Amino acid sequence: MTTLDIPVSAIGPDIDRPRGGALAALVRHSVALARRSLIKTVRTPEALIDVTLQPVIFLLLFTYLFGGAIAGGDRHAYLQFLLPGMLAQSLAMGGIALGQNLNADIQKGVFDRFRSLPVARSAPLVGAVAADVVRYLTVCVVMLAFGTVMGFRVETGFLPAVAAVALSIGFGLCFCWISVWVGMLVRTPGAVQGVMFLLVFPLSFGSNVFVATNTLPGWLQAFVHVNPITPLVGSIRGLLVGGPVAGHLVVTLAWMAGLLVVFVPLALRAYARRA
Amino acid sequence: MTDLVVRAEGLRKRFGKTQALDGVDLAMRRGTVLGVLGPNGAGKTTAVRVLATLLRPDAGTAEVAGIDVLRQPQRVRRRIGLTGQYASVDEDLTGTQNLVLIGQLLDLTTKDAKRRAAELLDWFDLSEAAGRPAKTYSGGMRRRLDLAASLVGHPEVIFLDEPTTGLDPAKREDMWGVVRTQVTQGASVLLTTQYLDEADALADEIVVINQGRVIAHDTPDGLKRRVGGLTLRVRPTDPARVPDAMRVLDKVAAPGTAASADGSAGSRPGAVSVPVIGDIALDDAVPALRQAGIEVTELGLHLPSLDEVFHALTETKTMEEALS
Repeated sequence: MTTLDIPVSAIGPDIDRPRGGALAALVRHSVALARRSLIKTVRTPEALIDVTLQPVIFLLLFTYLFGGAIAGGDRHAYLQFLLPGMLAQSLAMGGIALGQNLNADIQKGVFDRFRSLPVARSAPLVGAVAADVVRYLTVCVVMLAFGTVMGFRVETGFLPAVAAVALSIGFGLCFCWISVWVGMLVRTPGAVQGVMFLLVFPLSFGSNVFVATNTLPGWLQAFVHVNPITPLVGSIRGLLVGGPVAGHLVVTLAWMAGLLVVFVPLALRAYARRA
Repeated sequence: MTDLVVRAEGLRKRFGKTQALDGVDLAMRRGTVLGVLGPNGAGKTTAVRVLATLLRPDAGTAEVAGIDVLRQPQRVRRRIGLTGQYASVDEDLTGTQNLVLIGQLLDLTTKDAKRRAAELLDWFDLSEAAGRPAKTYSGGMRRRLDLAASLVGHPEVIFLDEPTTGLDPAKREDMWGVVRTQVTQGASVLLTTQYLDEADALADEIVVINQGRVIAHDTPDGLKRRVGGLTLRVRPTDPARVPDAMRVLDKVAAPGTAASADGSAGSRPGAVSVPVIGDIALDDAVPALRQAGIEVTELGLHLPSLDEVFHALTETKTMEEALS
């Protein structure tokens, strides 16, 4: 063991001010923490099952099990209808793991270390959410690639398809703040999953993902119409296989903004209280 | 007063029905080690969490490095290092990645963070494991990495919350060496521990906390003196002479006491202990032993162990409460 003799000033000329100002520091710290999450993802590829194997199995099951019955035997037509919707469902489910991971981090004391460092309170959460982009992108790529193998075809064009993927990832990033908030509130990672399933299952099945809304009873139609998944599915469907987009898109973007406005402050407050 | 690097007054914190801190005062001089000693649940960890800006107290004030912990936590965070009770390294990250991340969060440039990480890994004998995920590390290696993580920013004040819990004796002594080195380089260390020998070996001053209250604050020797007198211990070379030695030493015993043969209470048999009033007893004991022709392999004065002090202090307090 040798002697350490670097002076304290090695931290910076002014140790009371973050380098480049508060906002630059938040971005820099969030990026560093996002990188941490990405390293963890790469080290534990099995944690990607919910955004790779699971959507593929769901797609296979629903297409071949129900496709014949629902779409009058035309499985290809049903796949064209189903895949954009299942993309939305997989994105909503894909955010659940984030809340579980953050909950586990808090339990292990990893966040104590971060909180004892001079970083913005929000940086660990913002960083973790930013790293989830990779998972949502994976969902999109896997479903479109596997769907293509099954016979799915984009009927619009390259740019609309890219827009659909971008919108999907954007929605995933907004929706996952619910999971982050729940992750700060409940005691165990398992409880995060339980609570989030209670939310995500009704939202993703009580929507226009699997069947046309006009086949549903009136009360369920009413729920489907106020469900944020519905306009998202409408937008993605329009962007991938054609149909009206603008109306759905406006509602979707409004929902995304609403999710951020409500759940980011809730998550940050719950995080600050969780000591 | 200016050389106090940690100062806390009247810290109170309640969790539900538990009064974790019930008016704790702490003071640590710059460049020293303060040992915070207490049984499980005494409030040690809560006190450290308040000082390390992780927890707001219900009442009381605290300053670390001259800065108000409650008003300017970010400034405090730039000057402290914290190693928690449970090693909080990230298991999926390698040793290097763990330390570089901390460096980046402390606003080092990536280059400086990498240099600092390499330097610390080398210092903690972790260079060979630097590229491996921390989950492959042994318990001792994890502790070392955790401690290294708290030193990345050259902290003025280092908080170590039970840093050696669960380590084997050799690893504990390594840890002690690290703490001493930090202090020689100008850092101040506040260390909580349940191990009295650890506090004895490291701390310049010891605070004993029990049930959220400080029940003693003194130097290790001061604490020992406070509780009991000196003991003279003699080990005859020939164990058969123990009875003779007892007879000789009875003459120097403090009034009302007598020499006794060791063998119980954890000490190795074959020695004789006798309570004495002062070190003057040595002057009488040595010639008397020689006169009796008793050769000895060990002869020395001992303060009571911190264990005895600790039990005396905590029991007295509990008794007082029971009576009041």
